[in-house]
Amino acid sequence: MENMITLTIDNRAVSVPKGTTVLDAAASIGINIPALCHMDLKGTCVKNAPASCRICVVEIEGRRNLAPSCATMVTEGMIVRTNSARVVRARKTVAELILSDHPNDCLTCPKCNDCELQKLVTRFNIRRMTYKGEQSTRKKEETVAIVRNMDKCILCRRCETVCNQVQTVGVLGAVRRGFETTIAPTFDRMFKDTDCSYCGQCVAVCPTGALMERDNTDRLLDDLCNPDKIVIAQPAPAVRVALGEEFGMEPGTIVTGKLATSLRYLGFDHVFDTDFAADLTIMEEGAEILHRLKAFLGGDKSVKLPIMTSCCPAWVNFYEHNYPDLLEYPSSAKSPAQMFGAIAKTYWAQKMGIPREKLVVVSIMPCLAKKFECEREEFSVDGNPDVDYSISTRELARLIKRSNIDFKSLPDSDFDSPLGESSGAGAIFGATGGVMEAALRTVYEVYTGKTLPRLEFTDVRGLDGIKEATIDLAGFPLKVCVAHTLGNARILMDKLRAGELDYHVVEVMACPGGCIGGAGQPYHHGNVEVLKARARAIYREDEGKPIRKSHENPDIQKLYREFLGEPLGERSEKLLHTKYFNKAK
Amino acid sequence: MKVSCEALRKVEEICKKFNNDPGELITILHECQNSLGYIPEDVQRVIARCLGIPAQKVYGVVTFYSFFSMVPKGKYPVSVCLGTACYVRGGDKVLEEFKRVLGIEVGETTPDGKFSLDCLRCVGACGLAPVATIGEKVYGRLNPSDIKKIVSEFDS
Repeated sequence: MENMITLTIDNRAVSVPKGTTVLDAAASIGINIPALCHMDLKGTCVKNAPASCRICVVEIEGRRNLAPSCATMVTEGMIVRTNSARVVRARKTVAELILSDHPNDCLTCPKCNDCELQKLVTRFNIRRMTYKGEQSTRKKEETVAIVRNMDKCILCRRCETVCNQVQTVGVLGAVRRGFETTIAPTFDRMFKDTDCSYCGQCVAVCPTGALMERDNTDRLLDDLCNPDKIVIAQPAPAVRVALGEEFGMEPGTIVTGKLATSLRYLGFDHVFDTDFAADLTIMEEGAEILHRLKAFLGGDKSVKLPIMTSCCPAWVNFYEHNYPDLLEYPSSAKSPAQMFGAIAKTYWAQKMGIPREKLVVVSIMPCLAKKFECEREEFSVDGNPDVDYSISTRELARLIKRSNIDFKSLPDSDFDSPLGESSGAGAIFGATGGVMEAALRTVYEVYTGKTLPRLEFTDVRGLDGIKEATIDLAGFPLKVCVAHTLGNARILMDKLRAGELDYHVVEVMACPGGCIGGAGQPYHHGNVEVLKARARAIYREDEGKPIRKSHENPDIQKLYREFLGEPLGERSEKLLHTKYFNKAK
Repeated sequence: MKVSCEALRKVEEICKKFNNDPGELITILHECQNSLGYIPEDVQRVIARCLGIPAQKVYGVVTFYSFFSMVPKGKYPVSVCLGTACYVRGGDKVLEEFKRVLGIEVGETTPDGKFSLDCLRCVGACGLAPVATIGEKVYGRLNPSDIKKIVSEFDS
């Protein structure tokens, strides 16, 4: 074929399409060249290839210098050696030089065992510190969601790339030069004084311990041990398809039953499910969609369309900071996690006779922005938050290990009633397009009064950055759009501002792939197959559910009957809806 | 330190002169530095807004190049060369003497706003090493004992 290039890597012939890097060509025949700064989540827009670390160098016949394989394209007849003595020596020296100004406090580093630098050191058989260079002492920062320790930064620029190119948040970037170079937020401010959305994707891609999540596991252990507290759990949809990875299980393994059991063994008094609240979100958001749609079809010109989803806390931060003029477009519905907290601390607490201050609601999230969301003042009553705090999937895994629980051998169990029952629609919230699909299942049936012939809306599934679909709502063509990553969201918002966005409903998730690619999930280490496997698992979870539409969840129906009244009713508005603030800097 | 509205308007004009083109960032920063004597945060924010780029990007460039300063430069900016040739011929001692005579550290400005002190790498006059510049004027073959006299010439 004309566009195929044949070359030799380590004495093995390989043919790859033109434009392939030596790194990828080698990977295609199972030659795994080590790389550090490089990251390429193929099929998404997450790609960092500055060729700055020089770990991936190879020898190419006829070239004097070693070449970075991540940034060198294959050419016909190229002869590459990835493991010659010269390459192995150079690679080791590069790693030793990176170590020379690294803190090397691996024993107590929160990234220990997940650190890509640490893995390379083991792989290169570096057994002593060859060079001892100057150590930096930079400003540390601990926000509610992200912890920053730039002494551990190796300047791979992955965080800068995701913050600027992928998320277009534009907060993190390199400042100063030479040894003084560091990655810092705008004007060396703290994150809280910038436009940071707390999406945490900088944490998700950081190879070392420079950017980490704020750890709430000690706080949780204290609460679990406190006999005066009733501690309840709500894990998000995306957690159950990723948690197993932390225990050596294949990506995409569904561990819902083990998750419930492990939470019980950890000492949670009641183990509920955010999926339940996802169904509740669909009831409220679905009603809002129908409300706006009917007003629009009735000729009301002032109605704000498209209505946009508001489940993702990083997305909420993003539009509050960047699009304060468009705050009337997003749905006023709170996120499922916050709806859960509001219902748990009213309906359920009253039912159980538990005073609010005794009840601790902990969310287990694939997300770091959720930690920030918990701290929002509007989500608390007299200083007592609806959701007390959030821990990530990774933090839960650490806690399970620390509590001597052998996760893989756990028996399955169900979530507790009544805040634990959920439909398949709630389950798919975890993947990009999932909220849209769940909403469509309910909106279609409520609007048309007919049963959906086919539940799956496959047009809104998958990893494309912006997906569109038109749904026939009894003759009315409902135009919907789904975006993931904030960069894609910005494209839509700029169009909206210019009056050129022609949709009725838009879903946005800040992380690549949706919550399955959230910043609190087990690290994907640049392997997009991990995200795909999690997404497939999410849809398998949906298929396995007897009930697959939110409005058919019997416990949701009961909640409205006993307590809420109806969607968008007075009590629902008070407990389940919020407003947004102009936070432009 | 508050920047006057006039100065900010001037910055907007400079950006406009270069069609608000993000590719002209460095040229725009040069003009602002020359025109205002420094590029404080407020000015960087205006530039970012005009060019449609994050303020972080502007800040990254300003902190990368030693020519740009976020604090006002003195009326007579002193730059001591610490390039290889100047260094081996005692540039560091010249710098120390400037610090002592002016009573300021590198990157600072004297309280009367007269002198600021910086060091740089090579002005292309290695034959005259060690070299320092004050404003546009170049002083070569410097000896630490010359510094006091040179400074006093500007003091009157």
